[in-house]
Amino acid sequence: MNTQMNRRGFLRTSTATAGGLLVGFYLPGTSLLAADTAGAASKLNAFVHVGADDLVTLFIHKAEMGQGTVTSLSMLLAEELECSWKNIRTEFPGVSREYGPSQGVVGSGSIRSSWESLRRAGASAREMLVEAAARKWGVDKSSCRAENNTVVNTATNARLSYGSLAEAASKLPVPANVTLKDPQQFRLVGKATKRLDTPSKVDGSAAFGIDVRLPGMLYAVIERCPVFGGKVAGFDATKSKAVPGVKSVLQVPSGVAVVADNTWSAMQGRRVLQVKWDEGPVAAENTLAITRRFAEATRKPGAVGRKEGDAAAALASAARKIEAVYETPYLAHAPMEPLNCTAHVRADSCEVWASTQGQTAARNEAARITGLKPEAVQVYTKYMGGGFGRRARADYIGEAVEVSKAAGAPVKLTWSREDDMQQDWYRPASFSRFAAGLDADGWPVAWTTTIACAPFGGLRDGLARTGVEGVADMAYAIPNILVDYHAEDPGIPVSYWRSVGYSQNTFFTESFLDELAAAGGKDPVELRRRLLAKSPRLLAALELAAGKAGWGKPLPAGHGLGVALSNNIGSNTVQIAEVSVAHGKVRVHRVVCAVDCGHVVNPWGVEQQIQSGIAFGLTAALKGGITIDKGRVQQANFHQYDMLRIDEMPKVEVHIVPSQASPGGIGEASTPGIAPAVCNAIFAATGKRVRRLPIRAEDLA
Amino acid sequence: MPAVKFTLNGKAQTVDSVPAMPLLWVLRDTLGMEGTKYGCGMSLCGACTVHIDGQPVRSCVTPISTVAGKAVTTIEGLSADRSHPCQLAWMEEDVPQCGYCQSGQIMTAAALIAKTSTPTDADIDEAMRNNICRCGTYDGIRRAIHRAAELKRMGGAR
Repeated sequence: MNTQMNRRGFLRTSTATAGGLLVGFYLPGTSLLAADTAGAASKLNAFVHVGADDLVTLFIHKAEMGQGTVTSLSMLLAEELECSWKNIRTEFPGVSREYGPSQGVVGSGSIRSSWESLRRAGASAREMLVEAAARKWGVDKSSCRAENNTVVNTATNARLSYGSLAEAASKLPVPANVTLKDPQQFRLVGKATKRLDTPSKVDGSAAFGIDVRLPGMLYAVIERCPVFGGKVAGFDATKSKAVPGVKSVLQVPSGVAVVADNTWSAMQGRRVLQVKWDEGPVAAENTLAITRRFAEATRKPGAVGRKEGDAAAALASAARKIEAVYETPYLAHAPMEPLNCTAHVRADSCEVWASTQGQTAARNEAARITGLKPEAVQVYTKYMGGGFGRRARADYIGEAVEVSKAAGAPVKLTWSREDDMQQDWYRPASFSRFAAGLDADGWPVAWTTTIACAPFGGLRDGLARTGVEGVADMAYAIPNILVDYHAEDPGIPVSYWRSVGYSQNTFFTESFLDELAAAGGKDPVELRRRLLAKSPRLLAALELAAGKAGWGKPLPAGHGLGVALSNNIGSNTVQIAEVSVAHGKVRVHRVVCAVDCGHVVNPWGVEQQIQSGIAFGLTAALKGGITIDKGRVQQANFHQYDMLRIDEMPKVEVHIVPSQASPGGIGEASTPGIAPAVCNAIFAATGKRVRRLPIRAEDLA
Repeated sequence: MPAVKFTLNGKAQTVDSVPAMPLLWVLRDTLGMEGTKYGCGMSLCGACTVHIDGQPVRSCVTPISTVAGKAVTTIEGLSADRSHPCQLAWMEEDVPQCGYCQSGQIMTAAALIAKTSTPTDADIDEAMRNNICRCGTYDGIRRAIHRAAELKRMGGAR
């Protein structure tokens, strides 16, 4: 379905197809529309191409890391284009302003940013095809209608195929205005649709970044300082160069690259490389010291992230005061495809083949390193074997460009799994101190949270949104709230990790709220219901989940139910987990998830992403964390940083709240809520309150 | 470098390679067969699973020298046209998300249904628990294995 896209290849296929319609659109923020015949190299960046062979090619300007973007964006285009779903193919185009100022897939934003623009692109192409048919028949457009890859003359029932109209249509002006379908008329959007990329992913033909192969290509690995921020003080490559297949050993900004004629030889050459490091100040860091530093910081007031009423006064006068501290570790992303990038730097151009979440960032990084204009850099988007936020960073792209530049050849750089785990930009560790006041009836009247966590994604007046989201923006109507934050940075690189700040803060918030329910003698669903009176969408999702999960009904002995909700990425998610604990081990039997993500494009895609987000969050809850000693990450591979396995995957039931609201995101919707749902269920089953992740046997004893 | 002769997807194959080079890298870098994936290099994740004489094996820790005279099957050789019961079932159940681990999942599952005609959930847990899927497609994998076994029993596919 998805062929390897390169510009020459595209030109070949395009020009081989006589004529053809290519419609380009500027996304919101710009206003120009453009259309031209497919053969024109200057107009390659567009969404729709109709070949004379009746094949419709949809250009997917985002990227696919498993989240289903290729399929869902194709549905948006095809819905209005009225093309046959069986006649489409998809390709990833290059980087272009036509696709917006920053191409990439972050923040579960693909549907939200494409919902209208891609339907317009499809509709506009359809109108041009209809106009071409009308002119051919000499009739008015109003007596023509598009249907299943053809235009029908409604007076005569004559039909013309899209393929036969494409060339004429491509010469027409792009309509200034198009009318989009009423959602009631949708025939694709809203219907559970199988993924377009599945066939290529069951026979090994799907081309991931790591599968790129170029004539004359060399293979590289890089030895980096095990301590973050450390530099090369010197190296001896004598033994490396003696390894069969090793071509050269080169110093690059991030370390020392071993370049060989295959990956294995490069890895072997690296194994015997001698590097002397200047480790720098982070060498003094360890997890215990970091936790102590964070804990100490939270004893003092920080930068205010949210203030409602007077929390201090309300706490002082509350009938009861509840306090707790929570903590979460650093986490690696560990996508199954280790990071890699292939680059070919020449004097006047640079080509980059990458599984990346940020095509524009990749191009800018390559331009920065080569000194070329961004337009001289071509980025070819490959399938990602998982991203989870890691591939939004362009560090590994830049490394490949550096090595290709130094080696004077096309180079594929591959990170080992150990590199991936030990040189990540981690989900930051976080420590939070909570206090709340209950009134005489047991209802919360005051809530304070002080968080210490390394900042990223921008720091304003001492506050990083990524550090407080999930607490500061909680929907619960409590009259007095104070959330403050300390930017404490021990020098461990941190960045976006599936669901970002919500990944830890939703665990904190939803667990502590459960503590308040227990302390006040309230049922956890009843307490949330009361505090969500002004959040109708969350409340509806809560009622749906509680009903489907059988909240309040008898359970098998030793089982408990826990509830947690999240409202991130424009979606509202409520999860109820059923858990039992035996011999210090948690078993998650079932998760009921109700989600209101607005207008759903592909319900099957929603279900897949809810399943996926739960597996991801459950891994963080039940499995390992990343720990630091002497400034180094102590985990190197999956035996030390384990992943959820098939026998640990709970039965997940997804219930979608019907909605005509604007679409929300889905890729990160279910990750935040699973850990607190499970920990609250552990409390219900055992009376043990888990206040740190991952869940440890000693915290259950 | 000594030549190693073996059978790859039904055809005779000879490669010149350092004896210690894992089959994974011979397949990917020397022979350009990239359906078999690198995931961990330590036999921990299962992404590199191939069949050697019908048994599921982690190619990332299998030196090429030990493959001499044996029959290797990779995802590319499972069928010529996605007609293996596992591939058919994987498509029916629309299992993959990112898809990176799925070659290894399918090869492991194919070995399971070759020897167990009606695998139970416990059989599936046992056979599949060392194949990691970071996207969490486990429910789909389980359903697809039951379906693949059914297809195989029905004899509708090879």
